[in-house]
Amino acid sequence: MAIGIHEVEHVAKLARLELTEEEKRLFAEQLGAILEYAAKLNELDTSGVEPTTHVLPISNVLRGDEIRPSWPLEQVLRNAPDEEDGQFKVPAVLE
Amino acid sequence: MSLFDTRLQELHGQLAKGELSVSDLVEHSLQRIAEVDGRIGAFLHVDGDRAMEEAKRLDGALKEDKPRGLLFGLPAGIKDNIVTEGMKTTCASKFLANYEPIYDATVVARLKEAQAVAIGKLNMDEFAMGGSNENSAFHPVHNPWNLDHVPGGSSGGSAAAVAAGEVYFALGSDTGGSIRQPAAYCGVVGLKPTYGLVSRFGLVAFASSLDQIGPLTKNVEDAAWVLQAIAGHDAMDSTSAKVDIPDYISALTGDVKGLRIGVPREYLGEGIDPAVRDAVQAALKQLESLGAVWEETSLPHTEYALAAYYLLASSEASSNLARYDGVRYGVRSANADNLMEVYTKSRSEGFGPEVKRRIMLGTYALSSGYYDAYYLKAQKVRTLIRRDFDQAFERYDVLISPTAPTPAFRLGSQVNDPLTMYLNDICTIPVSLAGIPAISVPCGFAQGLPVGLQIMGRPFDESTVLRVAHAYEQSTEFHNMRPAL
Repeated sequence: MAIGIHEVEHVAKLARLELTEEEKRLFAEQLGAILEYAAKLNELDTSGVEPTTHVLPISNVLRGDEIRPSWPLEQVLRNAPDEEDGQFKVPAVLE
Repeated sequence: MSLFDTRLQELHGQLAKGELSVSDLVEHSLQRIAEVDGRIGAFLHVDGDRAMEEAKRLDGALKEDKPRGLLFGLPAGIKDNIVTEGMKTTCASKFLANYEPIYDATVVARLKEAQAVAIGKLNMDEFAMGGSNENSAFHPVHNPWNLDHVPGGSSGGSAAAVAAGEVYFALGSDTGGSIRQPAAYCGVVGLKPTYGLVSRFGLVAFASSLDQIGPLTKNVEDAAWVLQAIAGHDAMDSTSAKVDIPDYISALTGDVKGLRIGVPREYLGEGIDPAVRDAVQAALKQLESLGAVWEETSLPHTEYALAAYYLLASSEASSNLARYDGVRYGVRSANADNLMEVYTKSRSEGFGPEVKRRIMLGTYALSSGYYDAYYLKAQKVRTLIRRDFDQAFERYDVLISPTAPTPAFRLGSQVNDPLTMYLNDICTIPVSLAGIPAISVPCGFAQGLPVGLQIMGRPFDESTVLRVAHAYEQSTEFHNMRPAL
């Protein structure tokens, strides 16, 4: 099943990826092949089958709302590409 | 014979008597790495100084008559997607090339409690996406049994380092087969525990409902020891199971009399190399001679597992890898003129092609208009696959199959065909979807390269899986064979 270049561009935007023209063509082809293979799943009748989101029957793992030690700010900023005044620095968010 | 060929209990005995020191063990590891890793490429980062300091500290502790940790003094390699405080953790990606974690993963903390010695970080496919270790952003890994062949992936470095005697054991991670398949390709033991048995806190997430950390070792006994040290509930991982941890080591009784083995026919069909099939059949005969009984069975939804897996794993990955935005850690593009470009350019410059491909696939499968047809459908198929296993385990104690359809392939032979690459995981993927435990043990050779036998068990029944694997292994010589390097 073919995926159009426009769809590839739309998905790339959602995924915050910048693709070259060559990559767009390659992905259109490769994703198309993979999705065609995946369409196999339509051979199965799954009406009335519950989806499995997690294999373990665990839910709502909670703890009491108590303050616990976290990390010192200096540690948290250790790997920051750019920081200022104890904050992660990025280009302007709003024009 | 290498120092690392000595049985664990014997090594501990020699350490206790002062016939051997931890420094000896660590020096042996570092020397071996210096000797062979140039040709193999298993390590991304070796911290010899830190390891020797740790060895000296443990040698000091030896003199005090204190109880020793389960893995005392054993040199270990850690897959580079498991965070280690103060030691670079890159996930074999350019994006994290300079990332130095500020904390230890729970498994790393547990290895430290068990007094193992971390030697360094092991090479892998980028962000654990791959089956050959050719997707490492830094350099590929070569199979110690034949350097022109892949070691498997994504824990290729872990498997190769153990096979080449560079470390006593390694930790890897398995999402769709990434411990078991390289273990099979490299002729070592690799165990994927039941989902939830081992904490994922500090494991860089790929697919949260599938990822598990596990040991790669030269024999089953060592795998039991390592599992004993790392298994168990962790409050820092809300998907970790609250189960009692049995004594895995005393489970290795050697007894498989009356054991009921199911062999799903779907795992021995077309696409399986005849030499692999022969090795598995020989292993089944071997188990019969030990008193087990086996028969063919069926897991009818097996053929849908690969498609379901790639949709689910990629979708979860697209969500998990959204955190790599160049803001808080990782590389930020020097070419970004605005915030959007910080995201898009950092990601595009930092991620390799396979990672991009899976993010694209996952994003597509989750996007509006496609979610029901792809992601939700795959989750329902996952239920059917899990049911196949549940039903089989009503009649059998374990299920057996090849770990991989072929032995290790040549480097470069599959890089242009992602779908073919995915097919290398057909035997391991259904297990991951079901969340059950499975081990790969060496069971022969095909074209000079190792073949692995996969033994699958009931959820949280690692004891039986280990017992069967151990009994089989001890009746063969494969675990004593070493590659000529």
